Amino acid sequence: MNRALPVLTVLLGILAIWYAAAVWMNATWVFDQAERAGTTVTWAEAIPQTMAQERPLLPPPHQVGAELWKGLFGQAVTSKRSLVYHGYVTFKGTMMGFGLGIVAGVLLAMAIVRFRVMDMGLMPWAIISQTIPIVALAPMIITLSSQLGLTARDVPKAIIAAYLSFFPVLVSMVKGLRSPDQMQLDLLKTYGAGEMATFLKLRLPASMPYFFASLKVAVAASLVGTIVGELPTGAIEGLGARMLIGSQFGEPLIMWAALFAAAILAGLLIVVVGVVERLAARRMGVRA
Amino acid sequence: MKDTISQNQPVIEAKGLNLVFQTADGPVQALKDVNLTVAKGDFVSFIGPSGCGKTTFLRAIAALEHPTSGTLTVNGMSPDEARRKRAYGYVFQAAGLYPWRTIRGNIKLPLEIMGFSKADQEERVQRVLELVELKGFGKKFPWQLSGGMQQRASIARALAFDADILLMDEPFGALDEIVRDRLNEEVLKLWARTGKTIGFVTHSIPEAVYLSTKIVVMSPRPGRITDVIDSPLPKERPLDIRDSREFIEIAHRVREGLRAGHHED
Repeated sequence: MNRALPVLTVLLGILAIWYAAAVWMNATWVFDQAERAGTTVTWAEAIPQTMAQERPLLPPPHQVGAELWKGLFGQAVTSKRSLVYHGYVTFKGTMMGFGLGIVAGVLLAMAIVRFRVMDMGLMPWAIISQTIPIVALAPMIITLSSQLGLTARDVPKAIIAAYLSFFPVLVSMVKGLRSPDQMQLDLLKTYGAGEMATFLKLRLPASMPYFFASLKVAVAASLVGTIVGELPTGAIEGLGARMLIGSQFGEPLIMWAALFAAAILAGLLIVVVGVVERLAARRMGVRA
Repeated sequence: MKDTISQNQPVIEAKGLNLVFQTADGPVQALKDVNLTVAKGDFVSFIGPSGCGKTTFLRAIAALEHPTSGTLTVNGMSPDEARRKRAYGYVFQAAGLYPWRTIRGNIKLPLEIMGFSKADQEERVQRVLELVELKGFGKKFPWQLSGGMQQRASIARALAFDADILLMDEPFGALDEIVRDRLNEEVLKLWARTGKTIGFVTHSIPEAVYLSTKIVVMSPRPGRITDVIDSPLPKERPLDIRDSREFIEIAHRVREGLRAGHHED
């Protein structure tokens, strides 16, 4: 209860501001309509009308909630209108990109920690890669991969997602693999341990807390990457495509519902990563 | 006959040993003309102020540092060869147990690296845990143990692969006086039971005198040996031996040696 109270307070605050903003923004349309019809409306009459428009500038929470409910549970999950279906498409892309990002991040980190040349030659590029806006890069990756004959959208989407998610893994793993101190390295030396044993017995396990900390960031980045990958050039599946359709066809409710579906997906992914992290931590003897 | 030969052969022998570190501020002479012979079964303490090279010397024996000139042999071999023959176990100032391994797992670490069989590993873990009186703690993680127990576990880890030489670098420096006294007693018991040769770095005079058969007094800038004292104390040493006349006399000589070293700079 002690933890729920502050969260609920903030939530209530957000809802209040949201409703106020919805009234204020949607009222313009109500007053315009009235003026065109040559009638006048009072604020008391206008407010209920701001709550139930078909194309509101800012849909109030209950409308978004209803649309979200309809999208999630209103039809068969295989329907093209189902947010569960689109969410699954996005989830699949996110997981592929996440996996690819983890593999790339870990391998690059290993190379950087092992070879000084890689540290000097690769690390700056890794950092520069993250300064390029992904929205600018995404269409290029999609066109390039279709040029290469990869017609399936899964691959470019996964690449875009991996492009964003490898970085936090890389940075954390470099730090983690370097975390053992001199004494621990000396200890292994006195056993005559080789490089392989040092890596497997010391560096790798020592890096695990860093690894898991980076996964939460990486999974969120991967989801963003996937959604961005779903935006350009006529995608029809996935939450990103749903958002774009909503915005292009002037259906704010669809857009907002897709947005919240993406937020729920992000939340679920982070919870799952958190559970995996805790299980791993318990196995590695971390104090509860 | 063969036995007496190996008895007489020095376990550690340093002749005219020099070790220079290249630092950003120029070369630093960490060890200068160090000569020392340690016989099998000796308990040697290295004592001196920081910077006197006592830890550097211990690390050189363990092939963690390499002398610039002079000779250093361990069991008649170079320190690197001696390492390959598993001649020594090393105990650092911090227990340095892996937090992600249980005590059992930590003791197994050197055994895994050296390729002991699974059954042999288990048997050795049990034996050394008993030796350091940690029986029943094998399944605990390091954080569940006190600092003194952690250091005992790290000694067990160094003993697990049956090295003849145990090198200890201020192993109890971070522990409080009472725990330290107890562990000192236990180390002596361990030494008596196993007959190992022990090299022990400390900066506590009572600790050095209480434990050692040979006390090596060192002084800094450059790091060198100023006195080597062969202790006349009997092998059997109850804690209250520290109030005896002989003990106080040796402690006095060590203190004088340390002070003399300090006057010179």
